Amino acid sequence: MTETRKVALTVNGKRYEAEAEVRLTLADFLRHTLGLTGTHLGCEHGVCGACTVLLDGQTARSCLMLAVQAEGHAITTVEGLAPSATELSPLQEAFRDNHGLQCGFCTPGMLTTLTEFLRDNPNPTEQEVRIAISGNLCRCTGYQNIVLAALDAAKRLQAAR
Amino acid sequence: MKPPPFSYHDPRTVGDAVALLGRLDNAKLLAGGQSMMPMLNMRFVQPDHIIDLNRVDGLAYIREANGAIEIGAMTRQRDIEFSDLIRKRCPLMHEAIQHVGHRQTRNRGTIGGSLCHLDPSAELVTVAAAMDATVTVQGPNGARQIEFAAFPVAFMTPAIELNELVTAVRFPVWPDAHGYGFSEFSRRHGDFAIVSAAALLTEDSAGKITRASVTLGGIAVAPVRATEVEQALIGHAPDDKLLREACESCRKYDAIEDIHAPANYRQHLATVMSRRALEQARARLNSHAKR
Ligand SMILES: Cc1cc2nc3c(=O)[nH]c(=O)nc-3n(C[C@@H](O)[C@H](O)[C@H](O)COP(=O)(O)OP(=O)(O)OC[C@H]3O[C@@H](n4cnc5c(N)ncnc54)[C@H](O)[C@@H]3O)c2cc1C
Ligand code: FES
Ligand code: FES
Repeated sequence: MTETRKVALTVNGKRYEAEAEVRLTLADFLRHTLGLTGTHLGCEHGVCGACTVLLDGQTARSCLMLAVQAEGHAITTVEGLAPSATELSPLQEAFRDNHGLQCGFCTPGMLTTLTEFLRDNPNPTEQEVRIAISGNLCRCTGYQNIVLAALDAAKRLQAAR
Repeated sequence: MKPPPFSYHDPRTVGDAVALLGRLDNAKLLAGGQSMMPMLNMRFVQPDHIIDLNRVDGLAYIREANGAIEIGAMTRQRDIEFSDLIRKRCPLMHEAIQHVGHRQTRNRGTIGGSLCHLDPSAELVTVAAAMDATVTVQGPNGARQIEFAAFPVAFMTPAIELNELVTAVRFPVWPDAHGYGFSEFSRRHGDFAIVSAAALLTEDSAGKITRASVTLGGIAVAPVRATEVEQALIGHAPDDKLLREACESCRKYDAIEDIHAPANYRQHLATVMSRRALEQARARLNSHAKR
């Protein structure tokens, strides 16, 4: 009794249409059905933040959504943050320059979370950055360089404005 | 860590959702999914049917009517957090909601889902108890109202029937010049509180308390109204000594015990959190008085 449905949605500006089992999470749909493996899965129960994507511009944990719920919506994954195949976004540049990642497992969730955060809070304090990433676990960096990268990115984005 | 197989339904109206609830066996409602999806992924629940409320029309709104703020069940926690109406008319909720999970979970999580999930330390549950909220549920025979004090019937079990769903919650507003405070203790930002406290106060022109609401979250299976503290404050100026002595009575409530904290630790936290929430509420009363 495997129930499936057709799911039509936009991911990183591109239209996709695929059949999905109704119980499939959006995270598994992105990774296995669409082959977009940039979105990572750490805990699969909403705690680690690695699977964070933007749903119509708002962050959401893709392990806590069903693929069928994304029907008609626009998703941005980490693959969609860079302006082109040869350039990084200012936030991604700042992560590289500040050593904001080590193994990179948490990075997709950090980047999507901070993309929304810096859009809504262009001039954040360090404390605000720490609260913003409080729902994202990183086992490598000790967070310090992620915070520095976010603050640096805020400066770069302001300068570019 | 994948959801078990189920049939999926996405009704467009409350009527259709109620009809599905009545017709289908072992069905579960899905709102923001921030508690339901983890329970599905971990297979704590194995429903045969999921009824998704996310495409139901008319369940997401915040409005003021007849001295109360009414919030639709599917209103996202994020929309409450950023609502000017809530900030002005229900400042306690604005304050408390900052503690509910993280931005990513508030973008999806709803007020109806939080109240129905009824986690003992959920901040919105504590606020609903503090403000004497009324829950509106819709069933096959129409709508009915449930006073929030009667809403929790057991651990994480609301007083709704299997064929009913919550459509709205009403929060009677306090006068503009009231004081409010919310204090919680959790291990990390965004974690559920171990114990939280909400306080609401009004005073007369002489600075004596005329009305008090003091609520403890996380201490028992449902929020506890600290009526002894409320009574002790009425008619008095809330000085440090009175607050400290009154809040001591919070130690006597039966407390739950789990991996996070033993009962006596929760009882101790209850005395401290209630005092801190009241101190905040008092400071805000004073800021009105000076204006
Ligand atoms: C990492 C993380 C941290 C969190 N931290 C906190 C926290 O600090 N404080 C806190 O309070 N919460 C916290 N939560 C949980 C909170 O985010 C959820 O939003 C909330 O508990 C459930 O709301 P929901 O809309 O997601 O409902 P769902 O998860 O979809 O549903 C929850 C339950 O309510 C039922 N239900 C939903 N809507 C209705 C309705 N209209 N009528 C009848 N039944 C209904 C469902 O069937 C289900 O049983 C956290 C969650 C995560 C993932
Ligand atoms: S995998 Fe989704 S939050 Fe951890
Ligand atoms: S860089 Fe390894 S988990 Fe964050």
